Amino acid sequence: MNARDTILARVREALSVEGPGPHQRAGDKAGHGHPPAAPVRGALPVVALEAARPWLPDGGATPEERAAILEGNLARLKAVLHRVPTLHRARDLLFALARERDWKRVAWHAEALVEALLPGIPCALHRVDAPAGPAADSAAGKDALESCDAGITACEALVAQTGSILVSSATCGGRSLSVLPPVHVVVASPGQIVATLADALDLARDRHAGAMPSMLSFITGPSRTGDIERILVLGAHGPKELIVILVDDVGS
Amino acid sequence: MSATGQSADAVKIPPPAAEAPAAGAKRRFVADARTFVRETDRRAFLRRALAGYEATRDTQKARYRDWEQARDAANLAKWNAVNRLDEMLVRFAEAFEAGGGKVHWARDAEEARGIILGIVRDCGARAIIKSKCMTSEEIHLNAALEAEGYGVVESDLGEFIQQLRGEPPFHFVFPCMHVLRGEISKLFEEHLGSAPTNEPEELTMIARRHMRRLYVEADVGITGGNFLVAETGQISITENEGNARLTAALPRVHVALVGIEKCVERLDDLAVLLPMLATAGTGQPLTCYNTLYGGPRRPGETDGPREMHVVLLDNGRSAILADPEQRDSLQCIRCGACLNVCPIFKNVGGFTYGTTYQGPIGSVITPHLRGLADWNHLSQASSLCGACTDACPVRIDIHHHLLHNRRNAVRGTPSRLGRAAHRAFAFVAARPRLFALGGALFRRTLWLAKRLRPPPLSAWLATRDLPRPPARSFREQWRSRPLPALASAPAARERP
Ligand code: SF4
Repeated sequence: MNARDTILARVREALSVEGPGPHQRAGDKAGHGHPPAAPVRGALPVVALEAARPWLPDGGATPEERAAILEGNLARLKAVLHRVPTLHRARDLLFALARERDWKRVAWHAEALVEALLPGIPCALHRVDAPAGPAADSAAGKDALESCDAGITACEALVAQTGSILVSSATCGGRSLSVLPPVHVVVASPGQIVATLADALDLARDRHAGAMPSMLSFITGPSRTGDIERILVLGAHGPKELIVILVDDVGS
Repeated sequence: MSATGQSADAVKIPPPAAEAPAAGAKRRFVADARTFVRETDRRAFLRRALAGYEATRDTQKARYRDWEQARDAANLAKWNAVNRLDEMLVRFAEAFEAGGGKVHWARDAEEARGIILGIVRDCGARAIIKSKCMTSEEIHLNAALEAEGYGVVESDLGEFIQQLRGEPPFHFVFPCMHVLRGEISKLFEEHLGSAPTNEPEELTMIARRHMRRLYVEADVGITGGNFLVAETGQISITENEGNARLTAALPRVHVALVGIEKCVERLDDLAVLLPMLATAGTGQPLTCYNTLYGGPRRPGETDGPREMHVVLLDNGRSAILADPEQRDSLQCIRCGACLNVCPIFKNVGGFTYGTTYQGPIGSVITPHLRGLADWNHLSQASSLCGACTDACPVRIDIHHHLLHNRRNAVRGTPSRLGRAAHRAFAFVAARPRLFALGGALFRRTLWLAKRLRPPPLSAWLATRDLPRPPARSFREQWRSRPLPALASAPAARERP
């Protein structure tokens, strides 16, 4: 028997002896010492997980609530949120950042919202999905991105509940753009805010039905580590700074 | 790499024990525990760090609308997958291969090492970068790759520090939590030629700068995986530093080594499990990067590996599954919460266990993975306080499983003396007069022992106190107790 069949046979053999059901002990504060509930057979009732949603942290019921919760979470995560009325103001903000930080080169990908901000930016640009030039996954392409001061991307959604930004390899400039440069700037519109993680997963599944991007990533604050004496340090390997620009009127 | 950076005030660390052969494991446990217990500074440091963890975790837990109900949901999601594991694995493998990745199955550590060596050889790799992956510790992958001449670098900061120190992880979530900043500075000075510094931030930046070229130049990236989603064929990886993101983005081949028990049925299950993992593990709302990988880069995507492999590792997990009583220990999501709250872990430290998975959950599963006879002593490394069970986000009955292992160990090797003693006790306990006589004798013996301290009792008493024997037995005290409570009881009942 090959390894696959052996492992599956071992698993089936093991499961032929019925075990206890799930430990459902909510309400019992100690959480132990009780006999497990009766076994539940067959597929897990979907309703059990739907029902879990209200127990997790709140994501807000209205767009205003969601925006407020997102703002609070981003602040706690030490990410920076700028909310601006128009694309024009977003551009001013980005240019000011570039000047202030003395950015030499900024990486981006072709997406309407990102493209709209770039004309006139006071630094060089590096487009990761350019049709000409070194491929992004060639040595030259990786080096080029590695030497950029910031990466600008769109996102799939913003999650109020956790303060996360959902990016994908299909719509946000591949895998490295949002994690290799030391600063990650996200441009989005308030309409992209969803309440919960479950909503964001639903959205990704619906949008990419049948052909999920090879990578979906929830980014929750700038990269961090606590490995040295459990003291928080930002910018371990990914971006030190995460800047979210929310543009109210993206039609402007 | 044997050099360990020890500053002047550094305390000695017990030698790495993860490679330890089974024989003598118990003796080593006792010796290492004794050594670590004497390191009062390091223990105080550990306690402070873990007190900080508890405070942050509790703040985040308070943001849940109902943490206990959320634990039920998390338990249900993992219970469902573990109890239908065959179906989950088949569905995962099909969906993952449909996404263009390749699935490999490994019955044991040796087979897994062989598969990964084969992949590395086939793609002509030279440099390998790894992100944190406990399964690779379990199968001693680094040693196998290095023996074949490949350079392997751990990219997670904590793992990198442990790699330079030549030690296994101290804690499976916080690998170098026992190391002081001065020691890290020394270590980096020695290996990376950096200037000494006392700032955790500067130390982190030294590692960051060192690692950046390595990501760009590596041919193969090796990661673990936190969840295998059967519905979509995706692997979910949780991390804080961004090193796993880079490991799975820049090299041209990505290999994920994942235990078979990591399955969940639906993508939706992650909406509960990811926040629970983060909150229980580190007190975060969500870990910084939670990433789902469905295969190599797709047509139209700008970058990402050309090949993606997942190695599904059994290595004893199906044996745990075969024990229905302890099957739920496969629901573990390796958050580390049970270690963080364990009074034994805090006092003996991670190395003492001598296992890949330390702390309470490690003590439960190691006897299954590596033999009950040699690893049963781990089930004694518990005060049975149940703090682990209370902390577990997926409600594994950890401390009862330690009791189950104790029982199983005795059942396997019945000791004649033990059985005789139990029979004698049963004989005495069934005869009240004899029992009273025995009690009186025992009280006097205790009193004598406390005064005379004869060997071998003296050795035990060197670090402990015997309780003062009571003057009268419980039965004597009961007989002469004051009676008002009992006297008023019938009166109360008679009232209309
Ligand atoms: S047993 Fe529970 S608390 Fe311990 S690591 Fe696993 S999931 Fe976390």
